Amino acid sequence: GVVLRPFLVMESLDGAARTLPSIGRLSWGLPFGRAHGRCGLSPSGGLLLQKNLDSQAVAFLLRKRWALYSVTPLYKFSSAHLKAYAKLLSAYIAAEKQNGLAVEVGVELDIKVAISCLPDLKGSEQDEAAVLVQLSLRPQASQKKSEEKVVWSGWFCSVCGDDLSKNMPADFTCLPVFLANGAESYTSIVGSWFQKMFDCCFHHLAISPLNLSWMAAMWTGCKLEENASAMELVFSVPSLPQSLDISYAIHAEDAKALWDTVQKTPGEITQEEVDVFMDCLYSHFHRHFKIHLSATKLVKVSTAVASAHCDGIIKLGLSRQYFIAAFQRKLLTLALGQK
Amino acid sequence: MAVFQPFDKLPVLNSATLLLVGSDRGLQQELAKAMLQEKKSFKISIHLATSLPLPSEGDHLRPRIDLIVFMIDVKTKYSLKNVEASLAHVAASFFLGKVCFLVTGVGRVNYCSVEMSSIWKLGEVYCSPVLYCELELERTRVATAQRLLRMLQICAGHVPGVSALTFNFMLRNSY
Repeated sequence: GVVLRPFLVMESLDGAARTLPSIGRLSWGLPFGRAHGRCGLSPSGGLLLQKNLDSQAVAFLLRKRWALYSVTPLYKFSSAHLKAYAKLLSAYIAAEKQNGLAVEVGVELDIKVAISCLPDLKGSEQDEAAVLVQLSLRPQASQKKSEEKVVWSGWFCSVCGDDLSKNMPADFTCLPVFLANGAESYTSIVGSWFQKMFDCCFHHLAISPLNLSWMAAMWTGCKLEENASAMELVFSVPSLPQSLDISYAIHAEDAKALWDTVQKTPGEITQEEVDVFMDCLYSHFHRHFKIHLSATKLVKVSTAVASAHCDGIIKLGLSRQYFIAAFQRKLLTLALGQK
Repeated sequence: MAVFQPFDKLPVLNSATLLLVGSDRGLQQELAKAMLQEKKSFKISIHLATSLPLPSEGDHLRPRIDLIVFMIDVKTKYSLKNVEASLAHVAASFFLGKVCFLVTGVGRVNYCSVEMSSIWKLGEVYCSPVLYCELELERTRVATAQRLLRMLQICAGHVPGVSALTFNFMLRNSY
């Protein structure tokens, strides 16, 4: 399998990077101050995901904008009761819409809730299966034949967190990454239901420029399809009276060629390599425009594989085979790092 | 290459000089203002520079520098590169307690463009303390100003019994 070194590694004094053997020792402290570097996940764990991805089950994940959240472990969540949860949630949504009026559980309501497992989205056998929540509008009586329209969907996932599930206390389920697509009002209703039901907590997950550059490098390294769209980096210039954005587009094959010269071990990405890669792009830009991109803030990365915005919005591209476990693991690390 | 020396000039009675080096002029000035507003028992002068080396024309007018503070903003990688490039122009004897790194933007993890371990490593390599703060918040700015003033006082030799080197050693051992 491909071994991906997580983006944040403990740096020992001599500059050698090492990963901690177990996530159980993940530092939960502030990433600043005395903590000199954060640790990452263990790079073990195969990519069961890739071979399963041919199924249509995950097709709905692609080409949509997903807002990212991190979630604390769910208390007394059981994947055996998903149907019952769906009923409760749909009653809760109906009640919320009526400003708290009581609603009978189990009757047909305007909004249908479906909660299901996505067993395909697993990085390893120990991982919890991803959980998908979908809200759809029931068709009006007049237009019976029309199909149910999905208005909102969200899914919880945990990939390659083997040690994570091992170290979880009983009764807790760890699905630390939550992705939502659809109106934010639904996100907050569903979120508050999960919060009440499973005593968990949602946090919006923003992506720092440092992590964005990591993603840029990772996606650049993916195998290209014919006519892959260009890689685009968007920078915002701070402390100016008007906001100024700089967009920097690079042909996908050029970016790949550059990355291939930088990357030492295929399948492994280190922070130093990412730094060198970005510095090369920056110095090229500086040569032409005399602008130091390193003095600006990287806000968006988009490639043929996927795109990510610093506000915590990601969009997955066409190529399903790159709906990579690595990317999910990255999100996992992000979600765990943000405490 | 002009190298900056700590002891090539004589000290001035009851006064101390601080040099702030950083790429963000706005933050630098805010910090300098905060330091000037503090009550103090000695005269201070604060010199601002975006990078080193300093121009050699004004060299004879410049007083002895007692403390160099390198400012790094975690929001821009450029600020770190700028500091790294400037460090080459500082004489080794300065690092015996007369240099510190001031990291601002701490607490804004989502804006972070710099790997924290590289900053920490910088402090290790140059044997100098790393202070973390957020200069955009007034309270932390004032606290940082007070802290730097106290350090400056020690570095200028105004505190009997404590030298810059002992203080540096104590500070770095307390991590």
